[in-house]
Amino acid sequence: MDLRFGDSKPTDEERAAVDAVLGPPGSAWEGAEDRDAADLRWARGGRAARGRRDLLLPGLHALNDRVGWVSEGGLDYLCRRLTVPPAEGYGVATFYSMFSVRPRPATVVRVCTDLVCGGAGLCGEVEARLASVPGVGVEASPCLGLCERGPGAVVVRAGPPAVAFPDPAPPRNHGAPPPGPPPVVLRARPQSPDGLAIPAPPAIGERGPGRSPGSGRGGAGEKTHATLTLAPATPDTLTLAALDPETFSSEAPPAPLPQAGQDTLILLRRIGSVDPASLDDYRAHGGYTALRRAFAIGPAEVIREVTDSGLLGRGGAAFPTGRKWQATAARPEQPHYVVCNADESEPGTFKDRVLMEGDPYALVEAMTVAGYAVGAHRGYLYLRGEYPLALQRLEHAIAQARARGLLGDDVLGQGYAFDIEIRRGAGAYICGEETALFNSIEGYRGEPRSKPPFPVEKGLFGGPTAENNVETLVNVLPILTMGAAAYAAIGTEESTGPKLFCVSGSVARPGVYELPFGATLGELLSLAGKPDNLRAVLLGGAAGGFVRADETDIPLTFEGTRAAGTTLGSGVVLAFDDTVPLPRVLLRIAGFFRDESCGQCVPCRVGTVRQEEALHRIVARTGADAADDIALLRDVGRAMREASICGLGQTAWNAVESAIDRLGAYE
Amino acid sequence: MTAIPLQPPRRLVEFTLDGAATRVPEGATLLDACRAAGKDVPTLCEGDTLTPKNACRVCVVEVEGARTLAPACSRAAEPGMSVHTDTERTRHSRRLVLELLASSVDLSTTPRAAAWIVEYGAEPGRFGADAARLNEEPKVDNDLYVRDYDKCILCYKCVDACGEQWQNTFAIAVAGRGFDARIAVEHDAPLTDSACVYCGNCIEVCPTGALSFKSEFDMRAAGTWDESAQSETTTVCAYCGVGCNLTLHVQDNEIVKVTSPHDNPVTHGNLCIKGRFGYQHVQNRD
Ligand SMILES: Cc1cc2nc3c(=O)[nH]c(=O)nc-3n(C[C@H](O)[C@H](O)[C@H](O)COP(=O)(O)O)c2cc1C
Ligand code: SF4
Ligand code: SF4
Ligand code: SF4
Ligand code: FES
Repeated sequence: MDLRFGDSKPTDEERAAVDAVLGPPGSAWEGAEDRDAADLRWARGGRAARGRRDLLLPGLHALNDRVGWVSEGGLDYLCRRLTVPPAEGYGVATFYSMFSVRPRPATVVRVCTDLVCGGAGLCGEVEARLASVPGVGVEASPCLGLCERGPGAVVVRAGPPAVAFPDPAPPRNHGAPPPGPPPVVLRARPQSPDGLAIPAPPAIGERGPGRSPGSGRGGAGEKTHATLTLAPATPDTLTLAALDPETFSSEAPPAPLPQAGQDTLILLRRIGSVDPASLDDYRAHGGYTALRRAFAIGPAEVIREVTDSGLLGRGGAAFPTGRKWQATAARPEQPHYVVCNADESEPGTFKDRVLMEGDPYALVEAMTVAGYAVGAHRGYLYLRGEYPLALQRLEHAIAQARARGLLGDDVLGQGYAFDIEIRRGAGAYICGEETALFNSIEGYRGEPRSKPPFPVEKGLFGGPTAENNVETLVNVLPILTMGAAAYAAIGTEESTGPKLFCVSGSVARPGVYELPFGATLGELLSLAGKPDNLRAVLLGGAAGGFVRADETDIPLTFEGTRAAGTTLGSGVVLAFDDTVPLPRVLLRIAGFFRDESCGQCVPCRVGTVRQEEALHRIVARTGADAADDIALLRDVGRAMREASICGLGQTAWNAVESAIDRLGAYE
Repeated sequence: MTAIPLQPPRRLVEFTLDGAATRVPEGATLLDACRAAGKDVPTLCEGDTLTPKNACRVCVVEVEGARTLAPACSRAAEPGMSVHTDTERTRHSRRLVLELLASSVDLSTTPRAAAWIVEYGAEPGRFGADAARLNEEPKVDNDLYVRDYDKCILCYKCVDACGEQWQNTFAIAVAGRGFDARIAVEHDAPLTDSACVYCGNCIEVCPTGALSFKSEFDMRAAGTWDESAQSETTTVCAYCGVGCNLTLHVQDNEIVKVTSPHDNPVTHGNLCIKGRFGYQHVQNRD
């Protein structure tokens, strides 16, 4: 490889950000500032550096966290350290919506404008209020997974806390929320003349020798930035949080589960009653009995139990987990990997967040069981970039488990080595697709690979990989503690066990519900408080389909929804009453797919654009007026479904088609 | 004594192609099988010297029992498969892919595109006059070649040729995503500020004319480009000892561009800057 780097240099701050992830450079070849005699004699780096390419994404996060954007100098330095061609580094940086390769304000407020939250008009209002505040930018965001208490928003502030270094700015206004646009210009950070933040000096005590490299590779080891989720967000709370995310600590505690305390719960049993920060509390609530049982019966028996339980994947595709594990375990190539898909960016889905925030040790234990079963010694947890609380709790849980011998070289003294690494996504729904997720971890663009080969043969880093959804993994614990037979007795013959449903939209009590498979849509809706004027329900999220308000007897099972010509997907149940303008919802869905297409294949890259254009044209038309564009939509939709590389393009027309055919959206 | 390892014998895979029993060596793609059987399957992102990215989806065929269509250029034949290459489903997707492409980029210099558009009955105009297009201005930032991404179908061939499959320079990659994805050098800089070494191998593989010789670009702009008046002569590059084959394209007694035969077992159509662009000395008649 013949790499050429430009002459843009990193700032000290950017160098520190990258070095915190990669450690200090070993030689001038790797980007050290001073060249020593040895550097003139031999080149170092090469294969070893290339072997760390998977640190590209954590490195981009580090740059973005510290300075708010990824500059030429910063990116070149990161690429040089990893021997990644700068053109490829640029291709990766521009793939993710959380990164910017242009200067942007240090504080970015990302306001959800998706299906549930979008109607609130919050984004526009916040934009107006913050328009005159330098150093703060507002962006519309796809679903943030906060649907049960929307409208949701995330505030991201780059750089160490402003209070930690001498700040010539006037004192901040902590008073009552300003009515309308804030009258005074509040300077949270030093600003450049064009209103964009200039990189701030590092906080005192943060620089210099002796500072340990960042802890988690993808994690938030040191205070280099602040991320805050707000839901429900109001213009007032968002304005305050944007001005000072550090001291605005009123992050609402997670909404209580609607079914909290019911003794029928299996997956949600501990949530709300267990202390998510305490390993002891987790153990007192029955934690780690599943792993002990796994060690007692051995990997083959664990796989047999999971197979016999009939567990189907909860990530959307409903693939039998036992078969996936068996196929991975049986591959002769080494090493094997376990990957937990915690990307959860499907609009309307938030169950994995609730599990991870409320019961993080359960996921750590379940991944350990999975690793043991398939013969993996390393697990990757790919976590949605916009889930700061889940990140913090999982990092803590993993560190605790490691400290107590529940992860590491000798798990539970059983001679089995297993550890988990968290990787933060950076704003790309497509990275939830299993093979795109591998590319993302490996430091490539999050473009899906073509299958075959399947991940069980050739997955992460080319090794046999079992990739599972968070909810799927958490199901493995009750399978092992109650036994496959007892587990399989829950639910129906084909869809066994308990299932989480993400209910949101026009219902009285939105939230995550746990029901045994087989309950009907109507039963679930009445638990959640069905409105009288229900018009339609979107099952399975944006990639799913609409059903009518009178179809409430559809059983919520994989086979039942299939028989009804729709899908359960990842368990989204999004209710719309008759006040919601359907064409606007369809436009939003089409816009989502257009935004989130990776752009690799033609049917999806161009098809999603043509779909949105056609929906724009017919937004106010019906009947014969809309007929030509509906025919066009059908043609494009069919090609997207049949000829796209991955599930994104293949499902991008589902919801619109069902709205036309089932709801008569344009009749 | 050196031992020369023998290739293990390649097993044959038996499957049916449009109803006919077919045997191909293990590892052969469905497209290989189609071509061996004399079937004309359209392709754009597939190239004879590269592993295709299967991104254009114009070569899709129907594999019985599969939910979606399969790209013939990349799907390996499997024993017992039953494949149909010319069904209503395959024709539909091919027509739509051609319509989607032709409505968003300029296919005027893509060989065979016009014929396929007729063959599949594609009507790119039906998405209306306001249909989003790339609308890119040609990037003319050096004297050797022009990047006109308004013609780019994002087939990834240039990326693969510049990167790990041939040149190992990695000067270009895909940046952005979705409809905004574009081929770009680092920081979207001009080519002259990039890692490009001007081997021109990307031009060699580009199927659309999005990458072209400056000479060709200028002559097209002036209306003087005339392929029917060009002759091609394959010769040996005289610059260094590698001895690559050059094909000189000559119009009106002037070399207008230089390509290289893809079937050359050593170079597979790749050249370096001297062989590709250093032809002026040949026609320096002073
Ligand atoms: C565009 C796209 C996005 C996806 N996003 C997710 C996701 O966020 N979380 C998830 O678990 N699965 C997601 N999936 C499904 C995964 O590809 C995969 O099927 C799943 O993680 C397998 O786990 P399971 O067998 O436990 O369901 C997505 C699929 C596609 C096509
Ligand atoms: S279907 Fe869409 S998201 Fe999937 S590979 Fe193709 S362009 Fe990318
Ligand atoms: S420039 Fe040419 S070779 Fe490169 S992706 Fe575009 S069409 Fe393909
Ligand atoms: S093309 Fe380049 S490498 Fe090939 S013979 Fe000519 S000078 Fe040598
Ligand atoms: S030629 Fe097969 S997908 Fe492009």
